[in-house]
Amino acid sequence: MNTADSLDSSLQTTPLHAWHRDAGAKLVPFAGYEMPLHYTGEPHLKGIVDEHKRCRESGVLFDVSHMGRLRFDGEQSGALLDHLLTRRVSDLPLGRTRYAMICNVDGGVLDDVLVSNVETPSGKRYHLLVVNASNRAKILKWLEPHLADFPTVTLTDRTELTAMIAVQGPRVLESVAKLFRFDPTRLKNYEARVTDQFGKPAIVSRTGYTGEDGLELVVRAEEAKRVWENVLLAGREAGLQPAGLGARDTLRLEAAMPLYGHELTDTVNPLEAGLSFAVNLMNGDGSGRSFIGDEALRSVAKENPQRQRIGLLPEGKRPAREGCDVLNSNGEKVGVVTSGGPSPTLGYPIAMALVDTTSLGEAPMQIDIRGTRVPALPTPLPFYKRTRKTSAS
Amino acid sequence: MTRDPKSLHYAESHEWVDVETSGGDSIATIGISSFAIEQLNDLVYMDLPEVGRSVSAGEEFGEVESVKAVSPLYSPVAGEIVEVHSELPDQLDSLNEDPYEFGWIIRVKLSAPAPETLMDYDAYCKQCAESG
Repeated sequence: MNTADSLDSSLQTTPLHAWHRDAGAKLVPFAGYEMPLHYTGEPHLKGIVDEHKRCRESGVLFDVSHMGRLRFDGEQSGALLDHLLTRRVSDLPLGRTRYAMICNVDGGVLDDVLVSNVETPSGKRYHLLVVNASNRAKILKWLEPHLADFPTVTLTDRTELTAMIAVQGPRVLESVAKLFRFDPTRLKNYEARVTDQFGKPAIVSRTGYTGEDGLELVVRAEEAKRVWENVLLAGREAGLQPAGLGARDTLRLEAAMPLYGHELTDTVNPLEAGLSFAVNLMNGDGSGRSFIGDEALRSVAKENPQRQRIGLLPEGKRPAREGCDVLNSNGEKVGVVTSGGPSPTLGYPIAMALVDTTSLGEAPMQIDIRGTRVPALPTPLPFYKRTRKTSAS
Repeated sequence: MTRDPKSLHYAESHEWVDVETSGGDSIATIGISSFAIEQLNDLVYMDLPEVGRSVSAGEEFGEVESVKAVSPLYSPVAGEIVEVHSELPDQLDSLNEDPYEFGWIIRVKLSAPAPETLMDYDAYCKQCAESG
């Protein structure tokens, strides 16, 4: 077996690809990129479960450079994004990040994104939109006609010029603090700023996709390896280790964070996905807000969603997987599992499902796991919630 | 006695077979290779068949699940399942450590000779190297 030489030339690579390959990562295709699923062998952890647990216990690094990074310059960029996103962007204060959806006119989700308002050291303000790797081309195309309506806004696709590293876990902030000119613990959750990392600009945000405290860093592509190795070195005492997409998926599932293509698709609206917090139907002054999908979402909000994302705990050890039917106690299909697998933290299988709201309240449900009906108990989301230190800002 | 992986036969789908003859019957012991276990990474669940079930060569008899994926288990031989390693699903970590002795999954009384398409150790290693 030699995954190191199996690079498929049709796949894109991140600036850290050679590092992953040399570290013995098991590389798999994901959203057009060849990415680490997990690492293998000393000095790394031995697989997905260990990487998952390390994140919950101390900390891990993920290469998330495959995610799309789109920069919007120009005074009207907030107004453009206001029109495209389910959340207000023009009133987003400098240094803040918001989670939002891009919807079609029917309210179906085209992508879930993070938008930040940041300022370069020279005082230039811009908006950074982080989109899913699998949706980047689609979103760029979706943006085209709207950009034409805002000729003063400049869009730059920064994805290939930069790298993105997620550092996640309870001991991450103490470990990496020394790498920056400012104390990253001063960032509150969902705050971002452009800072200096050994003389080179880096965007640091207190965000993540694991349910743990942590940071996400955007650095120039040519700086990626240096920053990655510096973070590993700074976190050596705390036990920071690299982790792959396998652990990233089990971590986000425990934290009940949606994954595009699973919980979210263009036929699921944000309200049934349980993401009403990421939809601003009103402006700051209470007037109705106008954005793509607003009418559809307003009527869903008025009549209540017909489906809802729920958590399910299948009985026994066998995980329910995406696509398994969810049945009510009469054996009638009421929904489908959107993500499911074993929970390394809890030690039993967990699943998220999209089900008809009429089926709610009657417990327990059943999941059809490849022909076997397994009782499944509806449970509140998330499955895992970290205990916050009272001293944390 | 330790089962030597070099003396076993292998199916393309990564099951190993050890055929022993006793009292006129040929009994095949079947498991999965250490290569397959390493590839699957972090086993979490195994579904086993009932004793007494007949299987044909290449038929699915159970499944093994890792954190990421479900993989079917195929019987490399035809016959009747005469024994099932029922403690195994509760001790999947041990399967990791000892795939050829403790890690046996089922025993099948052959109704036909083991197919000639099964690979010896060298051929199987070659397949693994190529599949990377």
